[in-house]
Amino acid sequence: MSYRVHVRVMPRTGLLDPQGQAVEHALGALGFGEAGGVRIGRAIELEVAAPTRADAESRVRQMCDKLLANPVTEDYLLQVEER
Amino acid sequence: MTGTATPGVTEAAAFPGERPVTPEVVREHNLNELEYGRILELLGRAPTFTELGVFSALWSEHCSYKHSKPVLRTFPTAGPQVVQGPGENAGVLRLPEGWAVAFKIESHNHPSAVEPYQGAATGVGGILRDVFTMGARPVAVLNSLRFGPLDQPRNRYLFAGVVRGVGDYGNCVGVPTLGGEVAFADGYTGNPLVNAMCVGLLREADLIRAAAHGVGNVLLCVGARTGRDGIHGASFASEELSEESEARRPQVQVGDPFTEKLLLEASLELITSGLIVAIQDMGAAGLTSSSAEMAARGGVGVEIDTGLVPTREPGMTPYEILLSESQERMLVVAEPARVAEVQAVCARWELTATPIGQVTDDGIFRVRHDGLVVAAIPGQRLVEDCPIYEPEAREDERTRARRAAAPPAAPDGGIEAALERLLDAPSLASKQWVYEQYDSTVQAATVLGPGGDAGVLRVPGTEFGLAVTVDCNERLVALDPCEGGKAAVAEAARNVACTGALPLGITDCLNFGNPEKPEVFFQFREACRGIAEACRAFDTPVTGGNVSFYNESPTGAVDPTPTIGMVGLLEQADARVPSHFSTPGDELLILGATTGELGGSAYWAEVLGFVGGRPPRVDLDAERRLQRFLVAAAGRRLLRSAHDCSEGGLAVTVAEAAMGGPYAEGGLGATADLGSADAGATVEGVLFGEDGARAVVSVATEQVSAVVALAGEHGVPVQRAGRVLEPGGSLELRAAGRVFTWSIGALRQRYFTAIPRRMQHPDVDRSAGE
Amino acid sequence: MLNVAVVRFPGSNCDFDTLRAVERAGANAFFVWHRDASLNGADAVILPGGFSYGDYLRSGAIARFSPVMQAVQRHVVDGGPVLGICNGFQILCEAHLLPGALMRNAGLAFVSKPVDVIVERADTPFTSAYPAGSRLRLPVAHGDGRFVAGEDTLRMLEAEGRVVLRYVAATESSPLQPNPNGSARHIAGISNASGTVVGIMPHPERVADSLLGPPDGHGFFTSLAAWRPRASKLNVPSR
Repeated sequence: MSYRVHVRVMPRTGLLDPQGQAVEHALGALGFGEAGGVRIGRAIELEVAAPTRADAESRVRQMCDKLLANPVTEDYLLQVEER
Repeated sequence: MTGTATPGVTEAAAFPGERPVTPEVVREHNLNELEYGRILELLGRAPTFTELGVFSALWSEHCSYKHSKPVLRTFPTAGPQVVQGPGENAGVLRLPEGWAVAFKIESHNHPSAVEPYQGAATGVGGILRDVFTMGARPVAVLNSLRFGPLDQPRNRYLFAGVVRGVGDYGNCVGVPTLGGEVAFADGYTGNPLVNAMCVGLLREADLIRAAAHGVGNVLLCVGARTGRDGIHGASFASEELSEESEARRPQVQVGDPFTEKLLLEASLELITSGLIVAIQDMGAAGLTSSSAEMAARGGVGVEIDTGLVPTREPGMTPYEILLSESQERMLVVAEPARVAEVQAVCARWELTATPIGQVTDDGIFRVRHDGLVVAAIPGQRLVEDCPIYEPEAREDERTRARRAAAPPAAPDGGIEAALERLLDAPSLASKQWVYEQYDSTVQAATVLGPGGDAGVLRVPGTEFGLAVTVDCNERLVALDPCEGGKAAVAEAARNVACTGALPLGITDCLNFGNPEKPEVFFQFREACRGIAEACRAFDTPVTGGNVSFYNESPTGAVDPTPTIGMVGLLEQADARVPSHFSTPGDELLILGATTGELGGSAYWAEVLGFVGGRPPRVDLDAERRLQRFLVAAAGRRLLRSAHDCSEGGLAVTVAEAAMGGPYAEGGLGATADLGSADAGATVEGVLFGEDGARAVVSVATEQVSAVVALAGEHGVPVQRAGRVLEPGGSLELRAAGRVFTWSIGALRQRYFTAIPRRMQHPDVDRSAGE
Repeated sequence: MLNVAVVRFPGSNCDFDTLRAVERAGANAFFVWHRDASLNGADAVILPGGFSYGDYLRSGAIARFSPVMQAVQRHVVDGGPVLGICNGFQILCEAHLLPGALMRNAGLAFVSKPVDVIVERADTPFTSAYPAGSRLRLPVAHGDGRFVAGEDTLRMLEAEGRVVLRYVAATESSPLQPNPNGSARHIAGISNASGTVVGIMPHPERVADSLLGPPDGHGFFTSLAAWRPRASKLNVPSR
């Protein structure tokens, strides 16, 4: 089976996110005062061949732990779609 | 302050929900029985959990220097050039025309071992703040890095991450990286060293010290909000790295160089406008150490309400707020009438300045949280009464054996291959791969950038400049700590003097293993003895620095690495002397005497794979004469180039000077007879021996007699050894009657590609090799 | 004497260097704060290098919304000269005062080294002191310096002679690779059609003083100091 996996990597909750902070400040300056809690991460999409959905997810978790995300500073979320 | 607690003054209550203080909790805070006993005695009661955290931070090795204080007291710290010695955020030395230079070096080893990018970045951030809180504008950063060998993926990962972290932070703030050193050896696998030095310029009149005074004055928290990052970083830095270190990962702080830049500009504006009384970085142990130390220096008390500190997350306890090591924060003391003006300056730089407490007259370090007193500790004793230890010192038998050992036979391939091998060794090879990731020209004052003996910058608006360097040859320290300590200072001074600058003073970053081990404490004590002797001999006082103990990993302690950061004064910046040959036909002179000492040499280590032998004894008098000669010769503009002779001996020194910089069209050929060594020296000894007090200079033909005469006046042995040849030629060295030849182009190829070849595939797998 | 405004954004870090380089060339230079709505009577504007707003989101993306940028826009419409150096170039692109964008270097690492460039357009207020075809060695120091634009835009820039600086190898055997960042067509700097707005990645202000090496960058500032407002307001400045 082939799965399309969407990985969302975000700065860890509680860690400083300088980028999000600067953008939130800028939004405020541009008149979007209603915006708050800005956090900036990145999105990664990939295809994985695996026998089951659970296997695909488990492999991508390993990829995240080793490469795609930095466990020291980042958390990640996975979304697995069958193709 | 007396030993007995005053009832009513030092009472404190537990913060709702905090843990009771049990023997286990005390142990978790790295406090031993003696220390806990001292706490009970000075409080006259059991501490609250919050207080325990405060003691744990301030009595950690990092803050208290409890294993190093007696040794550090032996350093020479005085001199006519000293404006501020050890004990402040940074040392300060006097320069001409009312200028002064503030500088300091600090380690960020443990955080970098866990998260190399953020660890290194925040290390740079911390040292910048130490300098600009003295009122100085940072004008240069340098760094001294150590990693395990690059054939291991994990070491490549750490190396790449640290370099990127150092670069991204310094580049963004806009402070040029003018130099540094990087070395690779087995002992650093698992425990890399990341030492960052910052140099700043100030008008001496603008100097501000971090002493709180004026009862009723207001404490303000300026800059970033406080989060849970880095809680207990100071105690983290004061223990050995272990498997559990991984679990401590959430402690790693995240750096924000943009906020740092704003903080820098705001701080300098606050200081030069005279709006504030004192300012200190919230560095190791955060709000706790900054407030307690400022109060102790000023002989006053402080009262803080942690409920007023702006936090990044809701629900933070006073314990967490006091111990957070969130970056880019400052503690400022100002008179109440000036608070609004301070806030206006900060607002202009898009920073908040929040009143969080005040200076008091009772000498108590008191913390409230929404009215509840959660800590009340006699302030002076909190900062000064940590038990001081003088551990046992005993040289390791294995070190003696290594010193007495003889090297194995030289491998096939001979001398030609040996020089090629040395220039290809990552520790000796060009660090272009590193310094091209660092902005070295911002501020438009870089007279000599990285890749030479020392970085040189011009002091804007004046004729003079500064030379800056960091140095340590850990192999020599490991084999003979005292001589190695001297050698580190001597090499730094030679590097500074080669540019034409007079060595002025040092800062040191003393990286050692666990001081409770006798063999480690022996290394520490002896290395410091060597440093102190050399600094006395050179009139270069110690102005401060940092002790980093517990640099151990499951594989053992790191090599003892007392890194010396030195600053020198170049009276005429345009008289600076570069490291590389520039002009065919120039004469090549060798200064200093060669006896061919190979003990602890790079040749034995890199070519024979043997780290051992007795390092050369450092002749401090000869070193000083050489320094004075180099400064005098540069001042009279007699030298076309000067390059210090250290690792790899004369062969590497001449080769480096001939190969030129990375952006030269090609190197210049050179021919030199290195051979007039003392009887008994081997060919290898003449070529690769590492006797101290030597340098290789190139001189225009018409100046040679003046140089020889000046060397004679300074009592420096001088040998007219050869000539600089046409571009793209060959390097021809004679030693003990034999002649060896290399193609300069081929040597350049090896020297400049050694590191990039090994880093072609940077390793992103963080767990690699673990 | 020509009045030159150097704009300071939060995070600018080449502001003092640029100010001094302008003064050394004999013009009057002063800072303008990013929140200022006016350029205080400046005849010319320089957006200096640095990391405005930390380069967060995209280099220059936040700075372009600073109040001062509206004044810069008006200044451009009036035909006034604007030079963006490094981060200043990035801001000019984000503000659509110049076409294209500056992306992460092809090598993915920050790059700080000297590069060789050819001055291809010498009729701008910033390059008139150089004969066209001059070869300069200037430092670069950037992480986001790869110039990209659509094929049509690149063709237009070439056809209209709007490439101001182009990276070039010093010689065939030079250890310096041309193009330190993978820029399209080795472009190191461009201008608007009239040549009044110029953006460059290299830092001429860092080599405008002979103590620091051959002062190849000094000409950018002497060009500007010699520039006269009235002659240029009508059309392309020419010498």
